[in-house]
Parts: sequence; C-alpha cells; structure tokens
Amino acid sequence: MTSAAPLADGLPATSPEADLLVEVEKLTLRFGGLTSLSQVSLTQRRGEILSVIGPNGAGKTSLFNCLTGVYTPQEGRIVFHRRDGRDISVVGVRPHRVNRFGIARTFQTSRLFNALTTFENVKIGVESRSRTGPLGAILHLPHTRREERAANARVRELLEFVGLTHRAATLASSLPYGDRRRLEIARALGTGPELLLLDEPAAGTNPAEKGDLVDLIRRVNRDRGVSVLLIEHDMGLVMSLAERIVVLNFGQVIATGSPAEIQQNPAVIEAYLGAPEAPAEGAGDVAESGEGA
Amino acid sequence: MSDPLELTEIPERTVTSAALPPDQRTPWHKVVHNDDVRRLFACVIGGFVLALMTGPEGDGINMLSGVDGALRFPHLGICLALTVGLWVLITVRHRFGERARTASARVSALPARLLPNAKFRGLALVALLALAIVYPAHLNGYWQSVLVQQVGIYVLLAIGLNVVVGYAGLLDLGYIAFFAIGAYSDAFWTGALPIHPPANLNPFWVIPIAIATAMLAGVILGVPTLRLRGDYLAIVTLGFGEIIQIVAINLQGVTGGAIGTGTIRHFALHVLGINYVWGLDPLPYYYLLLVFVVLALFAFHSLEHSRIGRAWAAIREDEIAAEASGINVLKYKVMAFAIGASTSGFAGTLVASQIRFFEPGDFTVQLSILILVLVIFGGMGSLPGAVVGAAVLEWLPQYLHVHPLFGFQQQDLYIYFGAILILMMIFRPEGLIPSRRRRIELGLAEHGIGTADAMTAGASPSEPAGLP
Ligand SMILES: Nc1ncnc2c1ncn2[C@@H]1O[C@H](COP(=O)(O)OP(=O)(O)OP(=O)(O)O)[C@@H](O)[C@H]1O
Ligand SMILES: [Mg+2]
Repeated sequence: MTSAAPLADGLPATSPEADLLVEVEKLTLRFGGLTSLSQVSLTQRRGEILSVIGPNGAGKTSLFNCLTGVYTPQEGRIVFHRRDGRDISVVGVRPHRVNRFGIARTFQTSRLFNALTTFENVKIGVESRSRTGPLGAILHLPHTRREERAANARVRELLEFVGLTHRAATLASSLPYGDRRRLEIARALGTGPELLLLDEPAAGTNPAEKGDLVDLIRRVNRDRGVSVLLIEHDMGLVMSLAERIVVLNFGQVIATGSPAEIQQNPAVIEAYLGAPEAPAEGAGDVAESGEGA
Repeated sequence: MSDPLELTEIPERTVTSAALPPDQRTPWHKVVHNDDVRRLFACVIGGFVLALMTGPEGDGINMLSGVDGALRFPHLGICLALTVGLWVLITVRHRFGERARTASARVSALPARLLPNAKFRGLALVALLALAIVYPAHLNGYWQSVLVQQVGIYVLLAIGLNVVVGYAGLLDLGYIAFFAIGAYSDAFWTGALPIHPPANLNPFWVIPIAIATAMLAGVILGVPTLRLRGDYLAIVTLGFGEIIQIVAINLQGVTGGAIGTGTIRHFALHVLGINYVWGLDPLPYYYLLLVFVVLALFAFHSLEHSRIGRAWAAIREDEIAAEASGINVLKYKVMAFAIGASTSGFAGTLVASQIRFFEPGDFTVQLSILILVLVIFGGMGSLPGAVVGAAVLEWLPQYLHVHPLFGFQQQDLYIYFGAILILMMIFRPEGLIPSRRRRIELGLAEHGIGTADAMTAGASPSEPAGLP
C-alpha cells in the first residue's frame, strides 16, 4: 500500500501527452454519506500555473488532500508524471512519500513549526532529502557534515528567494501573516518539488503582501520551473496568475478553461450567484465569506 | 470523526449566563466569586481528606477509631498546613506570576550568563567529568553502590526516556519493560535461567546482544502502535509493561517465575590479553556506567542537534506538516522509541549483572512512572535536565535515609515525589533545566498555539487528520 506503482519505469515519455504533469481521473471521495469530490477529472501541464476555484466547501482542499496522500479517494486515479519519466500513481501513497516524489504543498491555515526559527523551518524541508542516518549524525561523519553544509546553503538561498533572509533567526510564531505564507512556500520548495500546491496563499494578507505574493508565485514558476496548482478565493490574484482555471462546485468540476472563458461561463456565474461579485467582474473576492482577508 | 471543517468552529460561550434567570446563573460550586477564596476552600477540604487518608486505620472493633485518630491535632494540623501552604503558593503565583516567571527565566539563563563562552562551558563539562571520575573513589562502599544502583542507572534510564518523551513527544508508560528485557537477556546468555543459551558467551558480549534485543523489541512494539495517533501508545506501552511482568512470572520454565533468576555472572572482559572481571565492588561498575552514560549523552546530544532531532521537533509540533515536508513520521517515531528501548535494555543488563539476581517484581509500572517523573522534573527534552533531575531525585532520598530530616521515611517517598511534581507544574512546568525549544513550545501553548505536552503531542491532530 505504501509503494507507488511506477507505471512506465525509466523510459522518458514520448507520447503526445509528454508535457502532462498530473492526470486526475474520475476522483470520488466520500466521508460517510457526504461526497466531497465526485468524478473529478483534470489535467495539469508541466510548467503550468493551474488554479482551482469554487465556493466554500466545494472540495478544493479535499482535492489537495487526495493529491498529497492525506486522503485516499474511494474511486479514481491520480497519475503524476515525473520529469525523469517515471509515472507515479499517487492514490494510497503516504504523504511523505508523495512529497518525496515531487509534490509539495502549503496549507489553508498555515502550519509552521512555531517553536522553531524561520531558518530551521526551511531546513526541515530541505533535510528531508538528506541521507544522514542516526549513526552518521552521532559520529559526525564527513559526509554528514558535507550534507549539512549543503543544506544550510540551500536554506539561505531559499530564504533569499522568498525574501526572508532578515528573519532567519526569528521564531516562526512571531512572524507577521505575509511572512508566514512565504515561509511555508520556502519550506515546501526546500523539498525540491516539481509541483507546488498552494492552498489559499493570499488568505489574510494585505494588498501589498498580495502583490509580493503574486510576484513570488510567478518567480517560483518561471525561475525555478515549478508547476503550481493554486487554490485561491481572490479572483484578482487568480486571473493575473492562472493560465487555466478549474471550477469546482459541490465536489464536481463545472468548468475548465482559460481565465477569459471562465469569466464568461454561465455555469460558473450560476454557481457563484448570490455572491455580490461574480467572477465575471474579474476582481474581488468571490467567496465573500472566505477566511482571513 | 471530528468536525469536518475548521470553519465550523462554534465560537465558545456565545450564551452568557446573564441571559439566564437569576436562580440558574451561578452553579453551586461558584457561589464564592473570589477565586482565591474558592481555592482556599478546596485546599482546606483537601487537607481533611489528606488527614483521613494518611491517618491510622480503623479496626474491626471500633471502625471509626481511624477517623478519630486522623482528625486529632498534630496530624490534622500538619495536613492542613500542607494544603493551605499549597494554597499560599498558588495564590502567590497568581498574584506575582509574571514576576516569578521572569525570575525563574533569569535563573535558567544563569548558566549561560556565567559561562557565556562555549569554550568555558566545555571546560566546565570537562571539570565535571573529572569530578565524576575522581570523587567516587573517595566514597565508602555504601555511597558507591548508591551511585551505581540509584543515581547512575536512573540517570541512564532518564536520558533514554528523554529521547522518547522529550525529543519525539511519545508517551511511553512501559519503559521499564525494556529494562526487564535487557535484564532477562543478560540472565539468559549467562546461563542463569532454567533454559540454557545455545552457546556460552563471554559475559561482556551480553551487553551488545541485550541492547540489540531490547531495540528489536522496541521496533516490534513500535511499528504497529506508532502508526496510531496519540494516546494509543500510552495505553499499549502500559499494557506491554504489564504483559512482560506477567509473562515473566508465569513462564516459570523459562524465566524462573516469581522466585526469580539464578545467580548471574558478573561482566568479564577477556580480549587481547585483557582479563578483567567486574566483581562485587561497585566502583568498576560505576566506571562502566559512566562510560556508557557519557557515550549516550554525546550520542543523544548529537542527535538532538542533527537533522534527526529537527525531524523529531517537527513531528512533536505538527505531524501533518512534518509529513507534508517529506518526513517519514513513523520511521522517526520508531527510531526514538527503539533508542529509548535499547538504553533501557542496557540499564537492565547492567543492573542484572551487578546485583546478580532479580525477579519479575522488580519491574513494576511504578518504575516506568518514576522515570517519567525524573524526566519531567529535570525538563523534558533537556539532557542536562534529565541528568540533574534523575541524580537529585535519586540521591536525595538516599541522603535523607541516612540523615533523616523532618522524620523522612523511605516508604513515603512517592508522596514527596507527587508533591514535588505538583509544585513543579505550578511554578516551573518546563522543568528544572528546560530545553530552549521546549520552553518556547510551552510559552506558545500558553497562548493557545500548538501543543507542548508529550501527552498530547501525537494526539493533537485528531483522527481525520487535523484537517489540513
Ligand atoms: N475529514 C473530513 N471529514 C468529513 N467531511 C469532510 C472532511 N474533509 C472535508 N470534508 C467535507 O468535504 C467538503 C469539501 O470540503 P473542502 O475543505 O475540500 O472545501 P473547500 O473547497 O476547500 O472549501 P473552503 O473554500 O472553505 O476551504 C465539505 O463539505 C467538508 O465538510
Ligand atoms: Mg479549503
């Protein structure tokens, strides 16, 4: 149950879908009588920023939890096509292994290691890739020390990248909201992902921080070549970042398309009806009751 | 299954008592509004209960003579003084809590201030080590064996349990079971059990074998139980401790049953022309123990500050986030658990070989709890804390035994331990010499961020996984 089945080992994919990164097929997730995802299918291309939107309770976070191994869906497939050509089925794989395969995430309400410093938080992400075992750690073997030096350098680079260098020694618990969000992204990047899942990264940030965040996500995507799957209630942010958008409502995909298409889609407008600002408006929080903000 | 969504949290106390009719407004136990007075009341009642509990027993002829005797003046007075004294302490803490906290923080910072330089601290450690090597030779036999059987062994046990409870945040209530496994491995391989080992080993090689056996037992017990979250581990380990003891009693043909083992051979070393036997003299055992304690301290210190220690800290704080950051939570928990188990196992081997005889009755749950108390007292997650805590709490009763103060009696020991623990939780929940991380965690927990208890650390995200 813990082993991910490599579907096509070793061979670099040469099929027409070579640029596919994730395929989600007919995913169904139930909690007792409640179906939080039903027959959800979507694909993400390599290098793409894909956004998942939908009203509260639509199943967005549930989708993320299925993608990262936290929940095991009752039906459906999730296939992750790694850059090295390995295709990995994610369903039923424990979260830390999913992470190791190259899918990292942040959480809707940030989950940092609060009693640790900013530096240590990122280092934990980076070091999950280290190979030092207990013996190496106890004996301070040369390769242990080399690994630790490399990890420190990488942490510094990441802190620089997200702009938290000056906060390196600060406890995560005493960081302001925007910094917490960026720290979570840095920690996730530390694990060296090909795909980064961001669950409402802008929730609770102020407009200035939002601007920085858009910039950061774009740099993650362009400079680091990391594909981004983004859940966000802030339509302005989604429209400016996403190349394509998937709309969920009551656990079902009701629309997929470019931002322009989504804005015109009647089903989407319908789903958001009752909200003062429909996505057609282009900006503003669609789900007015979204947390934070 | 807990609440499905974080968002559905119902704001607490939305219904205030003001909305209720006056006769329902205050529950009976809150008639007294002043908290201090209420606590005083509770303490006075507690004093009476304590007097009754610790007073003489009644007998068949006059059942109430016990009550009568218990409520007489000196006894009742002492009990009331104790509980009211406790009230004074609590009140003081409430009134002057902030000041007390800064004072206690200043005390904690003292070693760092006195020895600001890491080099000096290193020198101080070397000096301490030199003292630990030289001083015991000048003690008499009684104190030397106290040093081995009480202080040394418990220090080793405490630093081992500290890895499990303090570093990984796992509540292990069956720690002594691994001690028993170590002791029985020793007895087995030296031929002191009714069943005989396949080969007669040089008794010194028993040490690595016993350590490996205890570690294996830790892994076998740990892998299935550590998958579960939270309190299960405490319950399973508690049960495991009992099972080991009961098996040892009932498996007479294998363990010698309740009567105990045969005579166990002392350790002996016969390699490379060295022939040394650890005899009846406690001092050589002390040095053997010292070597292992120092090795363990070095190893655990290195672990704490390595990627493994950071992974433990991450798991302690937020398992879900740790997993999402690529940490194999199960692996690191089992690792901590097995390290603790093997330390306990080694301690068992050493005790078995020094005392040369033991019985299942030596491995009570109470002992597991006692070691936990040592760790909590010293400061969870802190090596100096575990060492000092264990040394003080084990040495003091022996000292008081020889130089009785305030009518101290050995059989009352656990009452005092209980009292110390209560005082500790009121005034210094982080322990005698807290670790930096742990102190921060406790501080955060006081403000409602995260959990700082080993007791709840694993449990915090309850079943459907704390909803990321
Ligand atoms: N562990 C769980 N147990 C029971 N029900 C759950 C669980 N997790 C999610 N659900 C249910 O699944 C549905 C979708 O929830 P989900 O958190 O995925 O929504 P969301 O789209 O992320 O909403 P929001 O925008 O508010 O974050 C909800 O009805 C929720 O109650
Ligand atoms: Mg959500």
